Amino acid sequence: MAENLIDAHNLSRSFGGRPAVRDLDLTLERGEILGFLGLNGAGKSTTLRMLAGTLAPSAGRITIAGIDLLNDPKSAKRKLGYLPEQPPLHPELTVSEYLRFCAEIHGVPRARIRTTIKNAQEKTGLMGVERRLIRNLSKGYQQRVGIAQAILHDPEVLLLDEPTVGLDPAQIQEIRALIRSLGEAHSVVFSSHLLAEVQSLATRVIIIHEGRLAWSRPLTRTLADPPASSYRIGLRKAPSPEEVIGRTGARGITPLGDGWFRIAPSEETASDFPERFLDRAVREGWAPFGFIAEETSLESIFLELTRGDPSTPTEVVS
Amino acid sequence: MIRALVKRELRSLFVSPLAWVILAVVTLILGWIFLLQVDLFLRIMPRLALYRHGAGVTALVVMPLFHSAIVILLLVIPLLTMRLVSEERRQKTLELLYAAPLSTLDLVCGKYLGILAFLGVLLFLIFLMPLSLQLGTHLDWGLVASGLLGLFLVMAAFAAAGLYLSSLTEQPIVAAISTFGLLLFLWIIAWAAKGHGPGSHVLRYASLLNHFQAFGRGEVRMSDIAYYLIFTLIFLILTGRRFDADHLEH
Repeated sequence: MAENLIDAHNLSRSFGGRPAVRDLDLTLERGEILGFLGLNGAGKSTTLRMLAGTLAPSAGRITIAGIDLLNDPKSAKRKLGYLPEQPPLHPELTVSEYLRFCAEIHGVPRARIRTTIKNAQEKTGLMGVERRLIRNLSKGYQQRVGIAQAILHDPEVLLLDEPTVGLDPAQIQEIRALIRSLGEAHSVVFSSHLLAEVQSLATRVIIIHEGRLAWSRPLTRTLADPPASSYRIGLRKAPSPEEVIGRTGARGITPLGDGWFRIAPSEETASDFPERFLDRAVREGWAPFGFIAEETSLESIFLELTRGDPSTPTEVVS
Repeated sequence: MIRALVKRELRSLFVSPLAWVILAVVTLILGWIFLLQVDLFLRIMPRLALYRHGAGVTALVVMPLFHSAIVILLLVIPLLTMRLVSEERRQKTLELLYAAPLSTLDLVCGKYLGILAFLGVLLFLIFLMPLSLQLGTHLDWGLVASGLLGLFLVMAAFAAAGLYLSSLTEQPIVAAISTFGLLLFLWIIAWAAKGHGPGSHVLRYASLLNHFQAFGRGEVRMSDIAYYLIFTLIFLILTGRRFDADHLEH
């Protein structure tokens, strides 16, 4: 197995006795773009701050590329680039002064500073503004400076906390394209409370809800996906749940009202469950009127979390 | 890396008008005091000539200048140190430093040496005034050096206290007022020790002012140097502990 760039175990953090993050396990593999999805206050920023080493966890351990972040923060932080929720910019400096300062505190050798800054500027589209004061840049450009700061020293891991918050739609598109391109050379962890953003950028999603890991799975994008783990099915003439389970090899069925059910196939039947189920349903005269594969529908999980029903996602996943 | 911090600190100071205004105001006021002292010296010079071991120009012009400088610094240093950390806390740029591969020691040293470098410039400007006397007379260089050393140690102590109080708050003005209050209090603490009551020598020892007196007379005493160094060190350690505590917040 490839060496994990981030390995976090049992991360917990509480503020004033109130837990913000509880027993979170987390890994980041090389080449991944990992999206943290969660509501505001779910613990995304707290988790990212712990991974960045700016906040000490109450419990748990973190290794960055094999280096223990708590025991050897200096070496571990060299491998990290971090963009906090609010970009840490010095408004009184020009873009190039600021980036030079960032390169220096990250220990970029003197001889390489100039090319390093130039590369970062090219990647983030900051050419032509290097002599302007950060104070006078638009929010979108300030965000770019924040990202440039994070990628300057060519870290293996990029941690971006809500990188598109507060930007206008055009800027959001630009920053997303930028993150996608950064994902080619770096492993990225970013957080967002926007589902569409995570779906369009991440290769793997983690949903954090009330400080806990609620869901973690690669976002599959091809048609050759593994079979869905549950289906939503509408039956006009539904038999009893026991009968459905007995006749179709389903593992469980939950009525959702209005003729809809959520059905989870058992492991043996999962590969061809849709065909078999629909065939059975027609032959038994259950009159199916709707059929939705739920696994790819990240939205349903997220929305159910949003409604404050933490029991559903685990049911879906199991 | 510490160099980068020092450089940025200086740059941020010099791009703000505050630093320039402070340099200008201090130079103006001390220049005025200096001229008054020179004028006074010229008037009493004929009488001084009657004494074989009378006080010279250094003791009568330069030392009063240094004493006045300390009073001005007491007012000015809190304004210079107030933004050191509080501004970064407010702008959330401390996260940048915490996420960078810098130890707490690097951070404290960077911040402190940054402000110390600026104060070095200020000290040099103050030093230029007595230096100009060298054009027309001879200075007692031992006395000047002792005074400069004392002045530097006082500045270093003031700045360390200012750095610590700036690290406690998000509001520069709160840092400035509390620094000024602390320094003034430690300045006048010895006023309570006029008599010979119990503990009066403790109060006298604690006073920032008393330890400068000997430097003004040309006496460089280890106990005075140690007092300022320990004072400085205590506040730098407290600042480091404050930085560490940020990782453990709430």
